[in-house]
Amino acid sequence: MSNIQDITKPEHLVYRKTPLLTDNVMHYCPGCTHGVIHKLVGEVIEELDIQDKTIGVSPVGCSVLAYNYLDIDWAQAAHGRAPAVATGISRLHPEKYVFTYQGDGDLASIGCAEIMHACSRGENIVVIFINNAIYGMTGGQMAPTTLLGQVTATTPYGRDPKLNGFPMKITELLAQLDGTCYVTRQSADTPGAVRKAKNAIKKAFQNTRLQKGTSFIEIVGTCNSGWKMTPVDSNTWMRENMFPKYPLGDIKDI
Amino acid sequence: MAKFKGAIVVDNEKCKGCGLCVVACPTKVIELNPNVNGKGYHYAWMKNPDGCIGCASCGLVCPDSVISVYKMSVES
Ligand SMILES: Cc1ncc(C[n+]2csc(CCOP(=O)(O)OP(=O)(O)O)c2C)c(N)n1
Ligand code: SF4
Ligand code: SF4
Ligand code: SF4
Ligand SMILES: [Mg+2]
Repeated sequence: MSNIQDITKPEHLVYRKTPLLTDNVMHYCPGCTHGVIHKLVGEVIEELDIQDKTIGVSPVGCSVLAYNYLDIDWAQAAHGRAPAVATGISRLHPEKYVFTYQGDGDLASIGCAEIMHACSRGENIVVIFINNAIYGMTGGQMAPTTLLGQVTATTPYGRDPKLNGFPMKITELLAQLDGTCYVTRQSADTPGAVRKAKNAIKKAFQNTRLQKGTSFIEIVGTCNSGWKMTPVDSNTWMRENMFPKYPLGDIKDI
Repeated sequence: MAKFKGAIVVDNEKCKGCGLCVVACPTKVIELNPNVNGKGYHYAWMKNPDGCIGCASCGLVCPDSVISVYKMSVES
């Protein structure tokens, strides 16, 4: 029988925190999807060896402070305007890998125009879109992506289409635009899903190298604080309720 | 036949006790510790260390990247 000290020797290490992540403790709630996706972005940048060539644009929303966690260059944009800021950076520095990281409130409501036109222009950027069906940062209000019947702070009786409209599948809309080269929807709730999401993020950054246009990755995620569930129950709720409306998989790949 | 033994090391003080690693582990190695860390979170620990196969499922799903995974081959 081998004891734990024999196993935990440096030569047996098979998985560890990527050095692209700083040592700052993330401010996210326990179990928040943002943390998993930050890690994946860091691992991809590490594996592609592009730390000094990558510039992120953080949004307004819970991930506004993403620049505290990934050790790369960053800009922080006004609410919803990350694709416009990324456009400027990428046009001035075409040799850089430029990406935005945005929530569903940021991208699909206040920033709807910016993302549409950046994708329509085919800016050579990566967009990472965290759809947790709610405004997490401000206390759990309805987002464009909130499901019908979903209870939020501003839909206390559930989202009613007569009053609140229908949930928006913005990823499918963006796939129609000629400027997007790769549009996919992923999740990060199981080890297998995490691996797939990472492959998608890697492919998106490789598209930047190939100057292919806009790569758009939606991550269907959880906001357990906003949803008022445990992190584990949130994943179950997401699989049962979000996946039918927001099915996983590639929507466009050219 | 070569078999694998695994072990994890959790950064106890940075773990937020979310429990996502607990359900991700295929061999039910991990539980949340009855004790709490400095922030009051029940941190993850190897309750059943003999079951660990070093698959890294726990590490992959951990939002705070506080799990290191080790794996070594042993002759059976
Ligand atoms: C111009 C402007 N309008 C409104 C706000 C308030 N506000 C801050 S974050 C946010 C929504 C965030 O939701 P989302 O983008 O889904 O991010 P999450 O926190 O869920 O990750 C809003 C409306 C603001 N900061 N600035
Ligand atoms: S409020 Fe929601 S999105 Fe924000 S950190 Fe907490 S769980 Fe994550
Ligand atoms: S997934 Fe990470 S943060 Fe959550 S309980 Fe496990 S070790 Fe702690
Ligand atoms: S490495 Fe695999 S077997 Fe070991 S604790 Fe993690 S999930 Fe369980
Ligand atoms: Mg949101």
